[in-house]
Amino acid sequence: MTVSRRLALVWIGLLALTFSSAVIGFEQRGGFEAQATLIVIGIALFKARLIGMHYMDLRSAPVALRIVFDGYLFVVFTVLVMIDLVVRP
Amino acid sequence: MSSAPARSAEVLVRPPAARRIPGETGIWVLVLGDMSVFALFFATFMYSRGRNPQAFAAAHSDLSASLGTINTVLLLTSSLMVALAVNDVMSGESHRASRLFGAALACGGGFIAVKAVEWTHLFIEGRTATSSGYFQFYFMLTGIHLGHVVIGMVVLSRLIFVTRRAQELGPSRRMLCEVGGIFWHMVDLLWVVLFALFYLVR
Repeated sequence: MTVSRRLALVWIGLLALTFSSAVIGFEQRGGFEAQATLIVIGIALFKARLIGMHYMDLRSAPVALRIVFDGYLFVVFTVLVMIDLVVRP
Repeated sequence: MSSAPARSAEVLVRPPAARRIPGETGIWVLVLGDMSVFALFFATFMYSRGRNPQAFAAAHSDLSASLGTINTVLLLTSSLMVALAVNDVMSGESHRASRLFGAALACGGGFIAVKAVEWTHLFIEGRTATSSGYFQFYFMLTGIHLGHVVIGMVVLSRLIFVTRRAQELGPSRRMLCEVGGIFWHMVDLLWVVLFALFYLVR
């Protein structure tokens, strides 16, 4: 697969994830908010990872830099979900 | 005779594909630092939302989710254009790179136009940074992000100029394209999270 083709496929994936998370965001009803929040934040950070790995070219970067980037995404996901679970009355 | 085994040993210890830092170390310090500041913003927003769930849910419904979605599509598309342009530049075929950077710049312009429409509607309806805690976060975070979009567009304009003439660019100009591209992708990445927090999470 050529690099251009891979980048275009990632773009299609990013759009599909955007529309999926938008539908989940728009359609959430009573009692489903907590799960919807978790899924929507999870999809956003997975999209961020696709942008990092393929567009910022981290897939060919030294392992240390990838660990820092993935660590950032993991910490942001955990902190946001924990705040949602703990602080929500 | 003795040099042959030495040579094969040298081949064996060489890494199969040399890993390299995309762009240069400095841009990663800037990008990861900026992303960390935004991470604090995200966490503060989620905390305030947890403390005032009704007020935040009510204000959330004042935002146009379709305008937010259009802006996400615009930035994702601009990122694809920049990634294709940088790939062209790095593989020594930069003849279409300036057009791709131009398309990305146009998407950035579209993003600002949509934001202008959105903010105008909110102002007309009396929603400003001082009207509620939610809108204080909304205008501050999307405003800071908009500043990043403007800086990114200045960088893209420079890259259009740099790639416009030369067929093959020297190492320093190639690195400039790569570094500018990484900055633009960060602008996209931050928006993806802002879109989720402001437009989708209730």
